[in-house]
Amino acid sequence: MPSFEELTTKERPTWCPGCGDWGILTALKKALVEINAEPTKTVVVAGIGCSGHLPQWINTFGFHSLHGRALPVAQAIKLSNHELNVIAVGGDGDGYGIGMGHFIHAMRRNVNVKYIVHDNQIYGLTTGQASPTSEKGFKTKSTPHGLIEEPVNPIALALATDCSFVARGFAGDVPHLVKLIVQAINHKGFALIDVLQPCVTFNYLNTFEYFYRRIYKLEESGHDTSNKEIAFQKAFEWGEKIPIGLFYKKERKTYEDELPQISKEPLIKQKIDNVDISQLIEEFC
Amino acid sequence: MTEFSWKIGGEAGYGIMTSGLIFGKAFVKSGLFAFDTNEYPSLIRGGHNTYTVRVCDEPIFSHSKKIDILVALTKLAVEKHKDEISENGFIIFDQSVFSVSNEEVRDDINLVPIPLTEIATKSGGQAIMRNNVAIGASFALVDYNFEHLVDTINGIFGGKKGEDIAKTNINVAREGYNYVERNFPKFLRSIKISAKKFAKRMYIIGNEAISLGAIRAGCKFYSAYPMTPASSILHFLSSKENDYNIIVKQTEDEIAAIHMAIGASFAGVRSMTGTSGGGFSLMTEALGLAALTETPLVVVLAQRPGPSTGMPTHTEQGDLKFAINASNGEFPRVVVAPGDANECFYETFNAFNIAEKYQIPVIVLTDKFLAESHSTIDPFLSKQLKIDRGMLLTDEKAKQIKDYKRYENTATGVSYRSIPSQIAMFKAATDEHDEYGRLSEEQSDRITQMDKRFRKFKVLESEIDGIKIYGDDDADITIISWGSTKGPILEAMKIFAKKGVKVCFIQVLYLMPFPTTKMKLLIEKRKNKIIIENNKTAQLASLIKEHTGMDIDYKILKYDGRPFTPEDIYEKIDEVLTFAKL
Repeated sequence: MPSFEELTTKERPTWCPGCGDWGILTALKKALVEINAEPTKTVVVAGIGCSGHLPQWINTFGFHSLHGRALPVAQAIKLSNHELNVIAVGGDGDGYGIGMGHFIHAMRRNVNVKYIVHDNQIYGLTTGQASPTSEKGFKTKSTPHGLIEEPVNPIALALATDCSFVARGFAGDVPHLVKLIVQAINHKGFALIDVLQPCVTFNYLNTFEYFYRRIYKLEESGHDTSNKEIAFQKAFEWGEKIPIGLFYKKERKTYEDELPQISKEPLIKQKIDNVDISQLIEEFC
Repeated sequence: MTEFSWKIGGEAGYGIMTSGLIFGKAFVKSGLFAFDTNEYPSLIRGGHNTYTVRVCDEPIFSHSKKIDILVALTKLAVEKHKDEISENGFIIFDQSVFSVSNEEVRDDINLVPIPLTEIATKSGGQAIMRNNVAIGASFALVDYNFEHLVDTINGIFGGKKGEDIAKTNINVAREGYNYVERNFPKFLRSIKISAKKFAKRMYIIGNEAISLGAIRAGCKFYSAYPMTPASSILHFLSSKENDYNIIVKQTEDEIAAIHMAIGASFAGVRSMTGTSGGGFSLMTEALGLAALTETPLVVVLAQRPGPSTGMPTHTEQGDLKFAINASNGEFPRVVVAPGDANECFYETFNAFNIAEKYQIPVIVLTDKFLAESHSTIDPFLSKQLKIDRGMLLTDEKAKQIKDYKRYENTATGVSYRSIPSQIAMFKAATDEHDEYGRLSEEQSDRITQMDKRFRKFKVLESEIDGIKIYGDDDADITIISWGSTKGPILEAMKIFAKKGVKVCFIQVLYLMPFPTTKMKLLIEKRKNKIIIENNKTAQLASLIKEHTGMDIDYKILKYDGRPFTPEDIYEKIDEVLTFAKL
């Protein structure tokens, strides 16, 4: 089974020194080591943005898709071969902006895919514009007079969409994030981990220090992860105190559980050399 | 050759589509040929729907302009279609609802007033079954075995669940037949038609033929968002998903649909998506994703009149250049435009082979007229078809490869493709990359990969014969066209043949790669080259000019949302040539 080194590519990431993305990549690799994931049976799918480069720097199969589109690609990979370990990564602009529609439908669909969102509350790769999770009043290149809109609340949205695993991590606490990713992978169903991931170049507000002073761990505060109402309350806690950890978890059937087409074997293993359509032809005669 | 045409017209929600299908199929049962086409507005109730069925004792490829029997469920149907009725033709109408007199129509037209609604309800059915009374009555006008109608109704409604429904429908139809027998004995069996020789044939629409082609090709994943006129592929495939183990996924939008198809293909299963122009507009970025990651992909683009929502339930060939040019950047793709249900089946099957062999997107370009019209064709010869997965690696072969380069710069441009779980790992990237698939912005990698991708096209060009030719080589007139106009053109050629005019028809089946050499050779010395297209700007003519430098003499274009009839084509050609002689 893989060692951390085996999962590490020869090429080094091109992320800014100190970027939260490094912590996420490290945590993902550590989690894969911990669960004994076979690299060839693991697919990391990404969209576009700084997060989008992640598959390039982990030795597994990878699919770097278009902006906001990691989830439809990832879900189809899982449905085509449900023996694979499929992890989608995205960003706040990528997943909660242009890809928002896919995000909501992926949660209600509950395909067994894990979704790790690099949430830095800013557009990094396009050099610093407001993102869907930027705070109201935030001044950026595209909002020099301050952002007018309210931020998206991905945790509350996930709860409202009956996401079966809703968590928030912090790129500055890798051991905690490793635990969350391991839990998410072991959970049977769609899992969201929104990761607070400071952008050290463009986000002057939501810095590592900003989060260090505010975050606390839900599991240390006696939080009941089966209680949706309390999870909702926690989802709206943002300001002096910011909770991280598992908000809510629920066992429900995955999308693939409901498909008789793949109850015996994955789609990919089914022979297609000589599909007999004589019965269909007869139907039209 | 004997033939007749039948048309039923009324409001949406009257069950006109099912009636039309039953009527045509009943004739195919005995070895006759039928072709149908429908016209309906974009609404669920009300409006004016029509369904036209042409029946003949010889092979036919389209509907025709004249109707011999009009079934009018509303007065509007009479007003709209009375001029299409042939000499001494019939109007069957619902006497329970309205009346028609010869003064309103023409003296030669035979009026057949029948209390359709009343008969339907009295003989145990509901008002909606008035159509079946009308079908029974129409059958009485034709010298044909009523049992074929019984068979067809049983086939469509039958099975355990539908037994009672079928029975009632048959009863109701029989009442309609009896009513004509009792009240209009002089009309009874007045239209004579019989099959020359019995043969078992299919009665199928383009979308169903595409679906069968996809199933035969081993398509395991179909993702789509509902959009007329592509939706019946989604409906058909989902009805068969458990019989053939296909995952059919209705997605949140067309963007998800195409990305899912790409994801499934990356994972190693054959996949397809389908839509119309508006949905295809949303898919265009991902078409480039498939191209850059060299992920095989089949997209069905069933055209309807645009731009924007346009005329959602009508037909047009306005997206040819769009299909050829869609998405940013330059990349090779294949665009194939089947002209009939037969080609829908075989070319869809081929599309999957081409997509995998060359690891490129293939667009199957149809339109509403082809997608939704039934035609009578020989059963598909499906056993002889061979699946070709190209350079897709087997697990064994993958193990033998050392230093695996997914995007290796090969002589053909095609490189070995591994799939997740195989030892030969790689990353598919939307960014330009090197041979391994690692992101690269180096000039040399860019040039290598661009050239690699385009090199496939050279091989493809030599492999595909993109043109089909019909008619006389020494023709006076050469028609050039593509897609669904094929049927009406072949029918127009029959009219020309009767008049002793020699016509040649060049059908462009593959629009990309464009069959430049063959086209040049074919049209170089011909006079009276006429392009026929269901669009405003003669897009094929412009492609011919672009690729061969040659001009087309005449253009016959139609962009009113309706398909050509053979008569339209004959008359228009006659008109342009007469005008040219002046």
